Amino acid sequence: MPNIKFSEAITEALREEMERDEKVFVMGEDVSTPSVSPLTAELAERFGTARVRNTPISELGFTGAAVGAAMAGYRPVLDMRLVDFTLVAMDPIANQAPKLRYMLGGQVSIPLVIRTPQGGGVQNGPTHGQALESWFMKIPGLKVAVPSDAADAKGLLKTAIRDDNPVIFTEYRSLYPSVGPVPEGDVAIPFGKAAVKREGSDITLIGVGSEVPHCLEAAEALASDGISAEVVDPRTISPLDTEGLAASVSKTGRCVVAEQGHLHGGVGAEIAAALQAMLFGSLKAPIERVAALNTPIPVQPKMEAFVLPSVEKITAAARKALDYA
Amino acid sequence: MPESKGTFRKEKLGEMYRTMVRIRRFEEMAQELFEKGGIIRGGIHVSAGQEACSVGVCSALNNEDAILTTHRGHGHSIAKGTRLPEMMAELFGKVTGLCHAKGGSMHIADVSKGHYGAHSIVGSNMPMAAGIGLAFQFNGRGQVAVPFFGDGASNQGAFHESMNLCAIWKLPVVFFCENNHFASSTRADYSTSVEDISTRAQGYGSPGITVDGMDVLAVHEAVAEAVKRARAGEGPTLIEAKTYRYYGHSRLDKKFGSYRDEAEWNKWKARDPLTVAEKLFGLTETEIEGHQAAVEKELAEAVAFAEASPEPEPEMALEDIFG
Repeated sequence: MPNIKFSEAITEALREEMERDEKVFVMGEDVSTPSVSPLTAELAERFGTARVRNTPISELGFTGAAVGAAMAGYRPVLDMRLVDFTLVAMDPIANQAPKLRYMLGGQVSIPLVIRTPQGGGVQNGPTHGQALESWFMKIPGLKVAVPSDAADAKGLLKTAIRDDNPVIFTEYRSLYPSVGPVPEGDVAIPFGKAAVKREGSDITLIGVGSEVPHCLEAAEALASDGISAEVVDPRTISPLDTEGLAASVSKTGRCVVAEQGHLHGGVGAEIAAALQAMLFGSLKAPIERVAALNTPIPVQPKMEAFVLPSVEKITAAARKALDYA
Repeated sequence: MPESKGTFRKEKLGEMYRTMVRIRRFEEMAQELFEKGGIIRGGIHVSAGQEACSVGVCSALNNEDAILTTHRGHGHSIAKGTRLPEMMAELFGKVTGLCHAKGGSMHIADVSKGHYGAHSIVGSNMPMAAGIGLAFQFNGRGQVAVPFFGDGASNQGAFHESMNLCAIWKLPVVFFCENNHFASSTRADYSTSVEDISTRAQGYGSPGITVDGMDVLAVHEAVAEAVKRARAGEGPTLIEAKTYRYYGHSRLDKKFGSYRDEAEWNKWKARDPLTVAEKLFGLTETEIEGHQAAVEKELAEAVAFAEASPEPEPEMALEDIFG
């Protein structure tokens, strides 16, 4: 199994899907410009600039256009550059794409993928460094994938492109350089299936996106103290594999949920609510949550680190859950 | 035996007139049923007065061409050939409705007829029309997409972004603006920076023209020309039709609110698009009555179908989410 970067896995998935299905096309700001968008620019060379199409800075316009093209039988993969820019295009994303099939009584399908690079740790500040997957998971009709490694990035993106429904495909920028084994060939990973990324028996660390590698590091730190932590990744948060998550927590009895988005109304709140309802009698401690503090994401590195989740915060939360009598 | 051009024209004109009558009567009937209460829920937005726009546009399109309309879209829907019984059933909230009773009056669609939906967020249909235009450009089959919108929507960013996209990519889209002079209750002469909305096309290097929206032939000819350009790969055209909304904005709005008076209303009513068409087409009393009688029969059948159809089971609310 070759080791490739997360970013290369994205490009591979796009290339293979574009080769497989001529209805797939890529659209977004600077997507065919090599110096700005290396992930997609090589696709422009291969497939041409009509199928890998630069757009004006016009998020509302081109997102709505992607919905229209999907309605008319194409399979657009929109590159949103940064998730923060989706907020300019919330009408097509939240009102149209997820609801058209329903509102029109099943007369149309919207096979649309919106890739949303996102996340902090890069000193880009409050409107260029957010993690917003929890916004999208509460919209019926949208699916939300949050890959945490190269293999999942490729396999989930292939599934997203083949899905006949709109998918928000979140890519944490901090993960682009990460390298991991990716199976060769046409391997699509189904939505709604959590993955155990490290096995353990004392506590479950559930990570979302960027926090999966942080949970793996935290598990390593805990292991040096003789604590066996299991790390589980939901991989998609809509649909959410509550059964898969509960299977791990029912075994360990303790749980931390870590995400980079804001604490208030976050993915962890949904997961914790589901787990307590399913496992109330067998939980040995309250479910702990680690997330961004409820403040905009500041630019200054020390302040930014203070606000965002980290390996240390996850480790501390795990210890708190383990210490609970 | 092929018909002579004259005969064909006469038949086509008759069909156009009948469609205008069909729209007018459908809306009068829908309004009446709505006011009775308990039959049509939510709200309806009636477009009476604007029939020449609906028919002028759709008579210049093929079944394979697309329209996308608005919350005030009954007329456009009917002109594009939307099935009347299923449309009425949708208004009645019945399971046989075009949208399985989930969309209602504001989301009528009949994709089999090239009707890609009424879209109730003002301006939202224009980016989608651009995308359907992009699909049509990819397909290369010469299809055209037409978003209907009002003077109000021409102040939305969605309009401007869509005009720009269609212009730079030369997409086969005809932007059709029904300037009925009111965005809900706000007068266009207050809300809109230009008197003729068609002049906004200049900002996108595209042709823009203003036509008499009470004259179905004037609308038809302008649209036919714009469709020709679009099919030839020459890009979008903005057509503004000056027209008038006879009813209030929606259910709570009186016909003569604080924003218009009877004199203005009467001035427009004097150029009623149906009357204008009767004169233009040289229709006889007998012909007019024939069209009216045929439409009454169709509508009675549509209402009977809607009445006889069952309501959906509550659990059907969980269907049609994912495909």
